[in-house]
Amino acid sequence: MPDANENKGLFRRFLDMPNDSVTKTVIVAVTLCLVASMVVSAAAVSLRPVQQANALRDKQSNVLQVAGVYDPDVTVAEAFEAMEPHVVDLSTGEFTDQFDIDTFDELAAKGDPAIIRALDEDPAGLGGAMQAYRMVYILRTEDGGIDKVILPIEGYGLWSTLYGFIALEENGNDIYGLQFYQHGETPGLGAEVDNPRWKALWNGKKLRDEDGDLQITVAKAPPPAGQDYYIDALAGATLTSRGVHNLVRFWMGEQGYGPFLERLKAGEI
Amino acid sequence: MAQTRKSQLVDPLIDNNPITLQVLGICSALAVTSSLSVAFVMALAVTMVTGFSSLFISMLRNQIPSSIRIIVQMVIIASLVILVDQVLKAYAYEISKTLSVFVGLIITNCIVMGRAEAFAMSNPPVASFIDGVGNGLGYGLILMVVGFIRELFGAGSLFGITIFETVNNGGWYVPNGMLLLPPSAFFIIGLLIWAIRSWKPKQVEEREFKIQTVEAH
Repeated sequence: MPDANENKGLFRRFLDMPNDSVTKTVIVAVTLCLVASMVVSAAAVSLRPVQQANALRDKQSNVLQVAGVYDPDVTVAEAFEAMEPHVVDLSTGEFTDQFDIDTFDELAAKGDPAIIRALDEDPAGLGGAMQAYRMVYILRTEDGGIDKVILPIEGYGLWSTLYGFIALEENGNDIYGLQFYQHGETPGLGAEVDNPRWKALWNGKKLRDEDGDLQITVAKAPPPAGQDYYIDALAGATLTSRGVHNLVRFWMGEQGYGPFLERLKAGEI
Repeated sequence: MAQTRKSQLVDPLIDNNPITLQVLGICSALAVTSSLSVAFVMALAVTMVTGFSSLFISMLRNQIPSSIRIIVQMVIIASLVILVDQVLKAYAYEISKTLSVFVGLIITNCIVMGRAEAFAMSNPPVASFIDGVGNGLGYGLILMVVGFIRELFGAGSLFGITIFETVNNGGWYVPNGMLLLPPSAFFIIGLLIWAIRSWKPKQVEEREFKIQTVEAH
């Protein structure tokens, strides 16, 4: 038969091609990539709701942990009700109610232009822009006074952006704790930011000296201001330590929560 | 077939272990064995990936153009690894955070590529699948042994359950901190290789050179 090929199906003809012909190579490569990308994206999309719920629970439990009120016997969602969320306008340090608390995180995650501000100087490595509004949490004492404030912070380490929280006492100057809930630093070196012993170093340190100058330092040797402002850097993780140093100073400084902390200190919150 | 199904599955556990005989996949074995539960999840993840990548590659083996052979294998392996990573993030969030980059690095685990290239490219699907699973289990076995030693003597616990009460918690056991650091796994794997080769001298490699003897005059 002269036209044997035409009677065969397309698929059959494809299988019969010599494996190393250019056409077959291209077809195999393209098909494989299409199939693989469909499988991967289907998995990513279908598992996203579960992953997001996990991430939210993890974030909330980190807020509780950094404030020292985490209790493994109580569900995170329940314990989290003690936290009073507020959106702060960082430039004035005042609470704002122009955003809905429940959807604020989504706006922030999407990088909504309404809450993003460009940065001229970017010591924390935030990619040239920062959130001009942040969701902070207040933990109150039984008589309604402020016990602690929990502030989200982030910045670039060596490989990744570190996301975390810092908990401050009611005077806005004494650190209660610091904790990162998401980062991609080197396990065993930079990832030691998660080490409980290192995190415990932050407890009781002060941000500013009596003159109101920001003195908090993460370094290999104590700064001139003294031990009260000094956290020993992580061994073998110079760049991660430097990143943490920069990001804490950035967020505690004038461009970050500075105005808010002023008001907190003055008792205006 | 020269090998039975059973021997395919059992051989890689001791006789042809990917870590102790072939000395592959050491990097991740150092990194993820400081606690048993993490080692277990990693072992499971690698077993899934080696098994299914061998299966799929073997199913396609007669159609894969040899010029893009390695790339095809990588695409299949990488897709499976991403799948595993996504599932872990959804259903084992804490552990996936501890494993962090190492799940992604399964792609570069030589065992997966090694089995795809050495076995799955020239054997039928079912045999390849069993071979992949067997090698994953062999990797997992060493991971569990190393994890057992490191967690028990480094932190005084197994699967997070306290066995030896450590001094920090008011007990008697002073944990060996070095065992929690990656180099300790290096020593443990070295000792394991020594032990296995003393037990089965057939595994000892031949010298690549001969030491010359000098006659005393």
